[in-house]
Amino acid sequence: MSHHLVETRDLSFAYPDGTPALRGINCRFVHGEAVAIVGANGAGKSTLLLHFNGLLLAQSGEVRIGELPVTAGTRAQIQRTVGYVFQDSDDQLFMPTVEEDVAFGPLNMGLPSVEVKARARAALERVGAAHLATRAPYRLSGGEKRAVAIAGVMAMLPSILVLDEPSAGLDPAARWRLIELLRSFTHTRIVATHDLELVRELCSRVLVLHEGRVEADGTPREVFADAALLARCHLAAPASAVAAPCDAAAAAQQQRT
Amino acid sequence: MSRIDAALRELRSLEALAARDTPLARVDPRAKVLVTMAFIVTVVSFDRYSIAALLPLALFPMALAALGDVPAAPLARKLLAAAPFALFVGIFNPLLDRAPMLVYGDLAIAAGWVSFASILLRFALTVGAALVLVAATGMHPLCAALGRLGVPQVFTVQLLFLFRYAFVLGAEASRMTVARELRSCGRGMALAAYGPLLGHLLLRAFERAQRIHLAMLARGFDGELRSLWAMRWQGRDTLFVLAWCAYFVLVRAIDMPLAAGRLLLGAA
Repeated sequence: MSHHLVETRDLSFAYPDGTPALRGINCRFVHGEAVAIVGANGAGKSTLLLHFNGLLLAQSGEVRIGELPVTAGTRAQIQRTVGYVFQDSDDQLFMPTVEEDVAFGPLNMGLPSVEVKARARAALERVGAAHLATRAPYRLSGGEKRAVAIAGVMAMLPSILVLDEPSAGLDPAARWRLIELLRSFTHTRIVATHDLELVRELCSRVLVLHEGRVEADGTPREVFADAALLARCHLAAPASAVAAPCDAAAAAQQQRT
Repeated sequence: MSRIDAALRELRSLEALAARDTPLARVDPRAKVLVTMAFIVTVVSFDRYSIAALLPLALFPMALAALGDVPAAPLARKLLAAAPFALFVGIFNPLLDRAPMLVYGDLAIAAGWVSFASILLRFALTVGAALVLVAATGMHPLCAALGRLGVPQVFTVQLLFLFRYAFVLGAEASRMTVARELRSCGRGMALAAYGPLLGHLLLRAFERAQRIHLAMLARGFDGELRSLWAMRWQGRDTLFVLAWCAYFVLVRAIDMPLAAGRLLLGAA
């Protein structure tokens, strides 16, 4: 499957109680892009992300990953391409040890045990959590849990990473480690977040959702400079948001050191 | 630390014991499950007034605890925690079954008291054996073994998740209790407060269950919980099962304490 494109056309979705969550979303992400989806609580960020992985299916409109429309029939194939990291790592980590949890996805893909173990080891090394392999997930810190949850998705070798509030609940050090880790990936990354500093550090593009609609689509610099837009969508620009990207990166580096 | 936190820590400590390398941990989980099931069937097969005849069966949980290096104190605490259920089941026997059964001089003991004591002994034996099984095996291998022995996946997966998320829900319950206590100005928890607390907990459990299910589907879950580690049945596992089953048959067929008593009295 070509994984060069994530696209929605007139995507709408309402929850069973009638609450409309998405109203005619049109967006298009290309290979290798790091895109942030921002917006106030209830803007539709998580609902939109769930459509990319086939966990929710379009009620009207369409979602496509490469050439494949996201439907019940293509869901299994889509989920091998699109890895989804949940907001609360406790929802994702349920096996008795970290290694077994990371192996959960590859085992469900029907891979042989030797390859599953190799993938689990490689994914844990990739996120810097190899030393946690034999630990029980409930004994990990918030940052460790998040890293292991990402490893659990990475072990399935997806082309596209979808992350829901990846920095929520992390202490500053763990948050910076996460940002560094996500920056090191070459996958297409779609991140729903309230953390606009993470957006500034990681993403080249920002999609602003408001009441289920795309309110703006631009670079972080453009979006953060639009005070009226931010106020309308209940957002606040991060400190030194309009600094040049290299300045922001340098400032971030200084903050880290 | 709240009582809920303490109980959860205690439960976790039991699971942590299973991670150690002990002679019992090396036995195939299926063999341990089969033997424990045979043990429980043997215990419940005795008549309702049996006490002495059951005593030789205590060897099984004690031997398992020794082989699995399971400490006695946490086991005893968990047995005590579950004891009210056994007390509730048997407490009416002395009231309903008053016919004298044992007479020691002027003291006549009613049959209801004997059956009550038998219930408590059976409870200690069966629950003790089950606790040792969990402590020496771990919930995940245990559920995997049950699945391999033919128990439907829907039950084994539910059991596993019940165990895993009891901790998460327990932590939520603990936080809710602490939040309530902080605003209670020293007043105890009224009965009326339990309703909303349990209601909130149920709703949170429901929401979390939905999120967990989504997280599992996102990683290709199709109803079968696969394991990274293959189980291998070896000769020693067969020997383990056969030896214990032979012992249970022997204890069931021969009233050992009675036979020993007769032997001693005859010798005297």
